[in-house]
Amino acid sequence: MEALTTIFSEATNKALVNVVYILASVLFIFGLKMLGSPETARKGNLVSAMGMLIAVVVTLLDQSIIDFKWIFVGLVLGSLVGVIAAMKVKMTAMPEMVAIFNGFGGIASLLVGSSEYLSENLLSAQHNTGILIPIFLTVVIGGLTFTGSLIAYGKLSGTITGNPVIYKGQQWINGILMVALLFLGIEMIALQGLLITTDWQILVAVVALSFLLGVLIVIPIGGADMPVVIALLNSYSGLAACAAGFVILNNVLIVAGALVGASGLILTNIMCKAMNRSLANVLFSGFGSVISVGGSTAEQGEVRPINVADAYLILEAASSVVIVPGYGMAVAQAQHSVRELGELLEENGSEVQYAIHPVAGRMPGHMNVLLAEANVSYDQLMEPDDINPTIETTDVCIVIGANDVVNPAAREDPQSPIYGMPIINVDKAKTTFVLKRSMAPGFAGIENPLFFKPNTRMLFGDAKDSITSLVSEFKT
Amino acid sequence: MDAVLILLLFVLVLSIFLGVELISKVPSILHTPLMSGANAISGITIVGAILTSRAENIESELSFALGMVAVFFATVNVVGGYLVTNRMLGMFKKK
Repeated sequence: MEALTTIFSEATNKALVNVVYILASVLFIFGLKMLGSPETARKGNLVSAMGMLIAVVVTLLDQSIIDFKWIFVGLVLGSLVGVIAAMKVKMTAMPEMVAIFNGFGGIASLLVGSSEYLSENLLSAQHNTGILIPIFLTVVIGGLTFTGSLIAYGKLSGTITGNPVIYKGQQWINGILMVALLFLGIEMIALQGLLITTDWQILVAVVALSFLLGVLIVIPIGGADMPVVIALLNSYSGLAACAAGFVILNNVLIVAGALVGASGLILTNIMCKAMNRSLANVLFSGFGSVISVGGSTAEQGEVRPINVADAYLILEAASSVVIVPGYGMAVAQAQHSVRELGELLEENGSEVQYAIHPVAGRMPGHMNVLLAEANVSYDQLMEPDDINPTIETTDVCIVIGANDVVNPAAREDPQSPIYGMPIINVDKAKTTFVLKRSMAPGFAGIENPLFFKPNTRMLFGDAKDSITSLVSEFKT
Repeated sequence: MDAVLILLLFVLVLSIFLGVELISKVPSILHTPLMSGANAISGITIVGAILTSRAENIESELSFALGMVAVFFATVNVVGGYLVTNRMLGMFKKK
């Protein structure tokens, strides 16, 4: 390793390193741009990976690095874990995978900030607020990204309850915690050890409070709101890297971190709009913890069940079918059976489309990934705005494990908690099948008048079993 | 505030606007790969992690150790993030 550094130490100077960082930033930008279209997305990811590779390589050639052994241990072990995790993860477990990776990015930034804070270099240079502010921000954002992501992981994988955890005075406790963090920040940046004597004590306190804050921010958020949380944590992991860039005054960290921060915020915004709720409402309301007592419960009318044989007869005669998947499809692992049914319907002469609500599932784009995994052509995957204008002429809508995103109360009932949320108007289709286990309300705990509409037929049972039975009806 | 910091803040502001422009046109079918691809990019903190072991830093053993643990986590983030995104995008096909 010594030999390698001597060879490059002459050629490598700060300017060259920075030029390569600029090149890496350009590759990230192009990569992200290419991720915007299905035709170029895979290439775009490779372009962005190239940017990362050259950034890492040129950093390793930095002549002021004196110990490579442990860096390589970290790189090798990290790659090993990364490869195994990426190859082994099931597509249905993708939300928790993205969550945990966000968390790893956060803890890495926290550690970089902490390492810089404790280094001799910094301690000798007192009163350097220019570096203490970003160190504080890196540690705080990195810390709450880490524990927030761990909680999100727990909720998504079912290790801890997916229901909102609400207790009295929650906002107060979070508020006090934030004030305490702010105080520690002032102590760390401006007072520099006036009240707490050693640097590592301040650091430990900041880390501990950030960890706690991350936990407390995510526990009150229910399973159905997870797409917002994942997108937000994604944004935070970028912002943490960005703040770390200001600690070591490095342009590539700032550019890449800001790109991720911005993209995460946009996704967060898209998710909130798709639910017609503000970010503050998603984060603080504990949505779904209280089952709404709609006065209309009694007068909702009767439910019309249907069996597989009758459903088959209607489907066989349908010339257009729209399939509306939701989180229930992921739970039942029904995506492959659904694709098979879709293909049989097409062979039978129906036009088949999939209507996917932006917040269906547990992360942005969740349903699209599952259906792509099951080999559904991506040009059949539609957004609500593509489907709604023609839904009146659709013969059959099949709702598989979706609930709130097809709840007409969002249009009709101003009392409903989801009133105003853009939905897929399946209640306007000629016939709608709802595949459901029982009449229990959805994850948000809101009554769904769709089940009582005259053109709705309930196909009770496990979604996967029902679809498989329909498939075998078509085959016989 | 010194000139370098001002320059970097300038870079930050422009990057945020660029990021907003880049992402706002992504169709919803690609939201997951976009997120996981962006997540891999946030692993850029790996550069900061590697640089914690530069000569002027290394006197504190604790500081060095923290930096190396950072290298590990950032590498998982980068390698895992890119691979899993690639795997997902490989499934998006048009017939």
